[in-house]
Amino acid sequence: MSFETNHTSRRDFLKISGKTSALLAIGFSLPIAGKAEEIKKLDTSALSMGLELNPYILISDEGKITLFNARPDMGQGTYQSLPLLLAEELEVTLDQVEIRNTDGQGKYGSQLSGGSSSIRTRWMPMRKAGAAVKEMLIKAAAKKWNVSEAECYAEKAKVFHKPSGKSYTYGELVEEASKLEVPKDPKIKDPKDFKLLGKSVPRPEIPSKVNGTAVFGIDSNVPGMLFVSIERSPTILGKVISFDGSEALRIKGVKHVIKTERKMPHRAVEAVAVVADTYWAALKGRRALKIKWDAEGSDKISTDKYFENLRELAKTEGFEYKDDKAGDFAKAFGESAKKVEAQYETPFLAHAPLEPENATVWVQGDKVEIWAPIQGPDGLIPQVAGYLNIKPENVKINVPFMGGAFGRKAYNDYVMEACHVSKQIKAPVKVIWTREDDMTQGPFRPGMLNAFQGAFDAKGALTAYNHKIVGGSIQHQVFGNPLKNVPDDWAGEGSGLGDSPYEIPNRRQSFHLAETDIPIVWWRSVYASTNAFGHESFIDELAHSAGMDPLAFRLNLLADSPRFSRVLQKLAQKSDYHQKLPENKAIGIAIARSFATIAAHAVTVSKQGDGVKIEKVVSVIDCGMTVNPDNIKAQTEGNIVMGITAAIKNGITIKEGKTEQTNFHEYNVLRMTEIPAIEIYVVDNMEAPGGVGEPGLPPIAPALCNAIFNLTGKRIRTLPFDIDKIV
Amino acid sequence: MAKYSLSINGKKFSIEAEPDTPLLWVIRDYVGLKGTKFGCGMALCGACTVHLDGEPIRSCSTPVSTLKAANRITTIEGISANTDHAIQKAWIEAQVPQCGYCQSGQIMSAVALLKSNPNPNDEDIDAAMSGNICRCGTYPRIRKAIHRAADLIKESGNTTGK
Ligand code: FES
Ligand code: FES
Repeated sequence: MSFETNHTSRRDFLKISGKTSALLAIGFSLPIAGKAEEIKKLDTSALSMGLELNPYILISDEGKITLFNARPDMGQGTYQSLPLLLAEELEVTLDQVEIRNTDGQGKYGSQLSGGSSSIRTRWMPMRKAGAAVKEMLIKAAAKKWNVSEAECYAEKAKVFHKPSGKSYTYGELVEEASKLEVPKDPKIKDPKDFKLLGKSVPRPEIPSKVNGTAVFGIDSNVPGMLFVSIERSPTILGKVISFDGSEALRIKGVKHVIKTERKMPHRAVEAVAVVADTYWAALKGRRALKIKWDAEGSDKISTDKYFENLRELAKTEGFEYKDDKAGDFAKAFGESAKKVEAQYETPFLAHAPLEPENATVWVQGDKVEIWAPIQGPDGLIPQVAGYLNIKPENVKINVPFMGGAFGRKAYNDYVMEACHVSKQIKAPVKVIWTREDDMTQGPFRPGMLNAFQGAFDAKGALTAYNHKIVGGSIQHQVFGNPLKNVPDDWAGEGSGLGDSPYEIPNRRQSFHLAETDIPIVWWRSVYASTNAFGHESFIDELAHSAGMDPLAFRLNLLADSPRFSRVLQKLAQKSDYHQKLPENKAIGIAIARSFATIAAHAVTVSKQGDGVKIEKVVSVIDCGMTVNPDNIKAQTEGNIVMGITAAIKNGITIKEGKTEQTNFHEYNVLRMTEIPAIEIYVVDNMEAPGGVGEPGLPPIAPALCNAIFNLTGKRIRTLPFDIDKIV
Repeated sequence: MAKYSLSINGKKFSIEAEPDTPLLWVIRDYVGLKGTKFGCGMALCGACTVHLDGEPIRSCSTPVSTLKAANRITTIEGISANTDHAIQKAWIEAQVPQCGYCQSGQIMSAVALLKSNPNPNDEDIDAAMSGNICRCGTYPRIRKAIHRAADLIKESGNTTGK
């Protein structure tokens, strides 16, 4: 993929597909106002009229097939998985097609990579788009041969006539096919006939990622572009009182020193940009800047104070998530025979994708073109248009690969900032954040406190369960939802009744909003990561309090949830849960459903010096029908590594408005030496597909901490913790 | 500004840069080879790893002025002409990359490891690879792929890996 070709304007569109006379493009109209997605044919006249259609498949009469991926790839595999849905039904293989990323235009529908949603939401629509085109091509062939469609079938980009063995390539059929009506309800395949889906097909972009040719946002190149490094306020709140760029300007290559701003959703902060003809000169120039900051108010901002506030808020009632099946917690808790309570804290975290935030932007009058690693090109268009006060159709976006994102690159501050600079200096610019910028500036995963109460009746049955979710609200800060008298409906992921069907007759879950100036945003698996740590640790505490084995305790509460029990049983079997371990070893488990997928881990730990070593992680993941099982394993491996990092490495701490971690020496991540043996089992079933990019993360920290409790008797309730000093 | 003559992937380049310019930015922005990546700028992550006379170095922390015309610099683009170095084959077979951003650096470290130690055990791999961060968590596959590449080299009898 290259920047020059991955944007699809109407003219490119025709160019890509070869001759304009015989273009077959299929897409969906937008499901506006609840209208079901319907399949429409897109011919060249429709194109030239610029109809609101959404073309995912292009076939030229030369036989060139182009499939469109509408979800930017940050490593989760959408560059393959979405086109694979089309290819399966279209009867082509990925080596017969070219894959292109969509460019954010509204006609493609939602293009946000987030919430592990790509396959969940596109599973049927993409397959139907593929199936519709296949039906048209078969019909066209039957017509040309003057035979019945029933005697024809499609395979590997050709239609065959079974009795005679004759065949046409798709390219030979496209002109005829383009004259046909698009079938309203194309027949999709029976999953047992899948040739690609569920088969671990190698990802097509992998070779480009082992030879250096894959193009990431940071690799974008626009002739004449200048490089920019920006000094933003070192404290959370900060204004430029004055700045002196004279020394910076004396550095060879530095062209401009200008005041700029970083526009976040909830506020803008001032900054000073150094523009130079090389990145190194821009960095050196930045170091030579003299800026006087007004840090008024920042001295009062610290993560310590934030958590003190959470502990106070945890004493309040908060706002309850309503659920008819919730029963009456207060009553049952009051009447109970034994009560257990505990609180868990999880830190602020930086995403630290290995490719730092960057954006290449060229503002030219009332038009702008953007080359940047972004998770949601469709959401970026109106943001940029509004910010620059230009028309949305004048915003052109190129979507390259992202070098990791984890939620960070759904927050478009770094793109807007580049717009601000390019507009001022009237030239194309590439702004690259340093690692220090990335780590210190946020936005971060919000620090959270999860408080629990559980109670048993006189017979020892668990009758009451209360979960208070206390902390910052992304919805409140990023999207301006006032959340007056209501809980944050995104913040319950992973532990509410919908995701955690433990049968406890009286359950309460509430949200307690902590306002904060610290910028926050979603971080891989979002609240599910913090909720599940508390929830699955506390379930374990309850099991021990009841004198039961934690697995048996869970299975007991999940008797009516066969999918969950099957996952746990498989986990027990694969991890050899019931084997007798030596004194110095123990196993712990946790299970969580998030983003419509159930994931469970069994972690084996051993004593090592004053601490603990993670020996092995066995995982079972049930995400329903699969697209690429090997990639499900890869994502789960990644979630385990990132989840263990979040549990035992550094959190982000802020003191007097300043982030204390600046680079990987202060914000450590797991390295090769620290990786346990990992075994992953993907459940094979016919349930609707769930998410894959995130669900493996939430249960890893509680499984680890439950194992450590079983080994040492020490209950860990605050992350991160020092795994080398447990006893 | 000073003039430097560099040998990168067997080609000579003559560039003019400030002496303290890190080799990383020379490779990326002067020479135009974009496979070598920026991750931390402090020799902490390994994304910028290249070979200097066959040894892995962090190009983000190597000023261009420390290099001599006789030094052979190899980047990811110089590992093989057809993506067929044993390490690359093993990487593809194991489907190692996720986002892929760290992988040029991982591969440069792994290629150097196999050159000096054609049959590494897990401890050798730990030692050679622990300077390379993968935020996506591809470590288990990297380990597997290094063992596989060692086997491929043994099978082919070609110790250069190509
Ligand atoms: S960029 Fe050189 S080691 Fe991180
Ligand atoms: S593959 Fe993404 S950082 Fe390694």
